[in-house]
Amino acid sequence: MGLLSKKDAALITDPLADNNPITIQVLGICSALAITAELKASIVMAISVLFVLGLGNVVISLMRNIIPSKIRIIVQLIVVATLVIIVDLVLKAFAYELSKTLSVFVGLIITNCIIMGRFEAFALGNGPWRSFLDGVGNSIGYGVILIAVGFFRELLGSGSLLGFKVLGDPIEKTGLYALGYENNGFMLLSPMALIVVGIIIWIQRSRNTALIEEN
Amino acid sequence: MSKRTDSNGYTMIFAVIMVLVVGSLLAFLASSLKPSIKENERIEKQQNILYAMGVNENDDSSANFVSTSVAGDEFQKYIKKQFVIEGDKISESQDAYLIDVKKQQANAKDGKVRKLPLFVGEKDGATFYVAPIRGKGLWDAIWGYVSMDENMVVQGAYFDHKGETPGLGANIKQRYFMDDFIGEHLMSDTGVFKGITVAKGNNDPKNEEKTDYEVDAIAGATITGDGVSAMIKSDLKLYVPYFKSLKK
Repeated sequence: MGLLSKKDAALITDPLADNNPITIQVLGICSALAITAELKASIVMAISVLFVLGLGNVVISLMRNIIPSKIRIIVQLIVVATLVIIVDLVLKAFAYELSKTLSVFVGLIITNCIIMGRFEAFALGNGPWRSFLDGVGNSIGYGVILIAVGFFRELLGSGSLLGFKVLGDPIEKTGLYALGYENNGFMLLSPMALIVVGIIIWIQRSRNTALIEEN
Repeated sequence: MSKRTDSNGYTMIFAVIMVLVVGSLLAFLASSLKPSIKENERIEKQQNILYAMGVNENDDSSANFVSTSVAGDEFQKYIKKQFVIEGDKISESQDAYLIDVKKQQANAKDGKVRKLPLFVGEKDGATFYVAPIRGKGLWDAIWGYVSMDENMVVQGAYFDHKGETPGLGANIKQRYFMDDFIGEHLMSDTGVFKGITVAKGNNDPKNEEKTDYEVDAIAGATITGDGVSAMIKSDLKLYVPYFKSLKK
């Protein structure tokens, strides 16, 4: 870790575990529920957020001393929206196929609470390099949970991973289905995503009891 | 502590400058990229139409268009005629595929005559009639192209959507859903238009029954599926007079 000081490294590693945006800060739940029915969508969303949050944090951080505090939320929104629209337009012009895959995520990125949350909580008070690290750390922490939830929902709900039928064919009754196994269609619906996230939070807190709030 | 950035004047000036900068940046980008975006959309339409009539590069399970570089040539090669149906009038037009179905649907609502594009393709000696359809899904627009033979038996279908839920409604553009339509009848033997319903609780999950006017729905995508049924019923019905006239 010659490149990063201990404090800087913590910006990346903290959100991966003890300060995870989804399981601890409970931000970005909306997209975690909406788009994790399959693994591929989870991965695409994780990468999109990594890009927007990393870049957005730097832009906000550079502007932090000139943003009027009264309209800072509006300014933050404009920055996210502008970044996302630029990315969308450029993709549509030069990588049309990819833009088709991403289409639905564009709107979702703008509304992701993690992005506004990190702008407000971190980028407004820290320098560009540290803000960039914070953005990267948080989006990886977000992505890890998203991918874990997507993994279980696609596996148990559709019996496939990234579209490959890993458990056999449910209609032809091959593989596991020959033994009478059935896909759980409920896994594909949003309520089960909440339960999966809940189980992850439960496991995390039982392994690290310091995270449990006193009340 | 009173900062310079807290004053009302500063806030106003900041807001105005920010809007001007962002607005002109986006306007500049949008207008300079517009030609290539339009071109991409034009090629995609050709790919969609070719896909529906079975000119594609599908492998075992995923849907693949002919590549963008050859789409124009393939379109010339396979699509023999492009018709525009306006009421009783049928005319030929090389640019029928550029007709905006959304605009025409709005025209129909205003009481104007809706222009119906129809593409006649030939492949391996068989004739395909490809028609565009458009409707509403759960979140936004859904659309597609259906190719039929002269008896309105579906030969292929392509569906697409603007913003359906990934993993659920968005799966209407997956092979396993689109391929179910192949061979399905749209019209009864007596010439009554039935459409195809995306049905839950279908008794025929392997889709062996082709004259039940039903295909199996996608779990968790009820409203998107209903949208597909609705757009097939409303838009393809408009072509029935044309198909009936073919038989005379």
